[in-house]
Amino acid sequence: MIVETGHFALALALALSLVQAVMPVWAARSGDPALRQTAGQAALGAFACVLFAFAALTYAHATSDFSVQNVVENSHTQKPLIYKLSGVWGNHEGSMLLWVLILTLFGACVAAARNSVPPKLRANTLGVQGLITFVFVLFIVTASNPFTRVIPAPLEGNDLNPLLQDPGLAIHPPLLYVGYVGFSISFAFAVAALIDGRIDAVWARAVRPWTLTAWVFLTLGIAMGSYWAYYELGWGGWWFWDPVENASLMPWIAGTALLHSTVVMEKRDALKVWTVLLAILTFSLSLVGTFLVRSGVITSVHSFATDPTRGVFILAILVLFIGGSLTLFAWRAPLLRQGGLFAPISREGALVLNNLFLVAACATVFVGTLYPLLLEMLTGEKITVGPPFFNATFVPLAIPLLLIVPFGQALAWKRGDVLAASQRLFFALAVALAAGFATLAFAWGGPVMAPVGVGLGAYLLIGSALEIYHRARGYGASRTRVPGQIARRALGLPRSAWGTALAHAGVGVVVIGIAAQGWATEALATLKPGETLATGPYVATLDRLAPRTGPNYEEAAAFLTVRERDGEGVGHMVGHVETGKRFYPSRRMTVTESGLLTVGASQVYASLGEMGADGGVGLRLYYKPLVLLIWLGAVVMAAGGALALTDRRMRVGAPAKARARPLPQAAAVPAE
Amino acid sequence: MTRKSRRLILIAACGSVLALAVGLILFAMSGSIVFFRSPTDIAAQGIAPGTRLRLGGLVKDGSLKRGAGETVEFAVTDTNATVAVQYRGLLPDLFREGQGVVAEGVLEPGGLFRADTVLAKHDESYMPREVADALKAQGRWQEGKEAAKGTGKEAATASAGGTLGPRSER
Repeated sequence: MIVETGHFALALALALSLVQAVMPVWAARSGDPALRQTAGQAALGAFACVLFAFAALTYAHATSDFSVQNVVENSHTQKPLIYKLSGVWGNHEGSMLLWVLILTLFGACVAAARNSVPPKLRANTLGVQGLITFVFVLFIVTASNPFTRVIPAPLEGNDLNPLLQDPGLAIHPPLLYVGYVGFSISFAFAVAALIDGRIDAVWARAVRPWTLTAWVFLTLGIAMGSYWAYYELGWGGWWFWDPVENASLMPWIAGTALLHSTVVMEKRDALKVWTVLLAILTFSLSLVGTFLVRSGVITSVHSFATDPTRGVFILAILVLFIGGSLTLFAWRAPLLRQGGLFAPISREGALVLNNLFLVAACATVFVGTLYPLLLEMLTGEKITVGPPFFNATFVPLAIPLLLIVPFGQALAWKRGDVLAASQRLFFALAVALAAGFATLAFAWGGPVMAPVGVGLGAYLLIGSALEIYHRARGYGASRTRVPGQIARRALGLPRSAWGTALAHAGVGVVVIGIAAQGWATEALATLKPGETLATGPYVATLDRLAPRTGPNYEEAAAFLTVRERDGEGVGHMVGHVETGKRFYPSRRMTVTESGLLTVGASQVYASLGEMGADGGVGLRLYYKPLVLLIWLGAVVMAAGGALALTDRRMRVGAPAKARARPLPQAAAVPAE
Repeated sequence: MTRKSRRLILIAACGSVLALAVGLILFAMSGSIVFFRSPTDIAAQGIAPGTRLRLGGLVKDGSLKRGAGETVEFAVTDTNATVAVQYRGLLPDLFREGQGVVAEGVLEPGGLFRADTVLAKHDESYMPREVADALKAQGRWQEGKEAAKGTGKEAATASAGGTLGPRSER
């Protein structure tokens, strides 16, 4: 019964989202502003309905209701409860429902937010959001219904793919989806501005918190996915340039560019048309990502077995929104009043350069991801574009981008001074060079790019710290040298300044973590209990092999002791690692569970191979120096974004605009 | 600085970054693309030794040999032709004789394929699409589970309702 009610709630959400899409247009035509209110109420209603539907599906999974096909295909009575719950989105239908749930959540947030968005812009934004919701709910109801019943109900389910039975499934998809789908708000704002034919700093300020929220979650989601792949797939790699990874990276890069161009628009009233285009492109790339991952054109753990009609449907949605919004852009963009041009040597000039490099980098990822698909479609030739391609295109574009990050921060708005900026960054450059050369000397004969990366990371870290220092020290007459006063002023800086510095420092941390992987080592051997395997500065001893039983699997586990390497001998103990092979009888599938030992920010990674006939076992051991910095850096970046989000300016309207043209709601009203 | 020169600088910056990106893409495309080949392709086309490629097919029954130092040897077949593969490392969990596999590596002069990456399925319910398509091209597509059970000789067609069906049908 609950399942049927959930299905009905979904149908109700379909109707409500249609109301949400139509009402703002009707309000504009009839000239009755009261009708606009309806869009907000419909958005809240649609969210409530989808939330109910999602809860109904969760209930069916939690109670193992095997009369529902979705549960039969993806659940099992013996599956632990956390995987029963997270298994709701560990399949095609459920994951699309989660997608729509987050979509309506964002719509409801826009409707409920009390920040000073002009009512017409808000209504139009909700309308566009309603259209997106309508199309995706239509997709779920017609082609991807999670509530289909099975008669007669089987006694047991097929269980979830063991690779997905991991705490990562509970965290990674929701984070990633909030990021992906959050960009729909930026998109809806951009389309609303195009419909309205007007765009200004008020728009930029209204859209920025949404873009930043989406960006923060997408950063965390990608980092979480990367860490999950790192420990689950057992290859010890943290990024594979796999199409599904690229699908999430592309909106992230475009979203990063959008964040920066919105700042220029807010501060200098420039780059308007470009920002609108970028907002459209960012969400378009999110849709392309959804298509790549969910339509089944690419085979990976992410693509659940699907039938081709779904792929065609998602492709149609893709064409509708990307084609429609770009057509609207081509038609309406000339109406938007262009902002002024500005001096090339200035903060905004540096941000334009940032946008150029980000978009170029995004384009190389796009080409590398879609070219094989296109080529296969046109010629039937199957090719693989792998890491060598991306290392040769993405990395050369990323390095100059990272170099200009602290530099742009050191330049003033309107008119910058290269010499003064270089002087301010002199310390950062000197330390970075010293760090680079020191690591080069320390690890002589190793990879060349690793010291370069360490230097670059140090440059970014110190550049961020210097930015805070210089702003706290003040300029001109208010400049101070008293440390106490500097500290007080630093604490008084707006949170967005700290957030920016923190996010940029996080990039530096990521770069150092990536660079350090140049010194990663691996070893491979067949071991019997008592034998040892050495890699990097560590030696692992295989203590014993023993079988274990889990809730829904049987495991052959290897227990290792890791000791420090001491010349040719063995030093004191560092810790224990367990790695195993888990056999899931319900799917008759074996999965390797890798073992991790964290030492500081570095890790020792063990992965178990086949059992030999002679009692030996294959073992792969990696030493990953400073590998945790890659994900910690991403967390720091996200924390920076979140800190900036708490800045007061994110909640109030643009003051200049309010003074120029007083509107009832446009007076700067702080949030509750 | 005049408006015109500012605009020129902006256009020049856009142009140069764009040119850099296009240049990098073209350069990387010429050197780092890996083609997918079936054993029949390798037999028929006479691919030059040293070429990096992806080899896909079924692991031939009874061909898996484990050597010293985690070296494994197996044969990849699409029933028309067979290529011997050598690989050093841990095989993926779903690597089995009679099942689909993709190996990436270099073809050596003697016809031995030295793989540095071996990919099997992520999930028991499907095989790499490249393999499925290659097998279909050979007219011997069959569902993965049956391939594991059977001897791999009968030319079965796609099983109806099988989890593999939809993906491979396209």
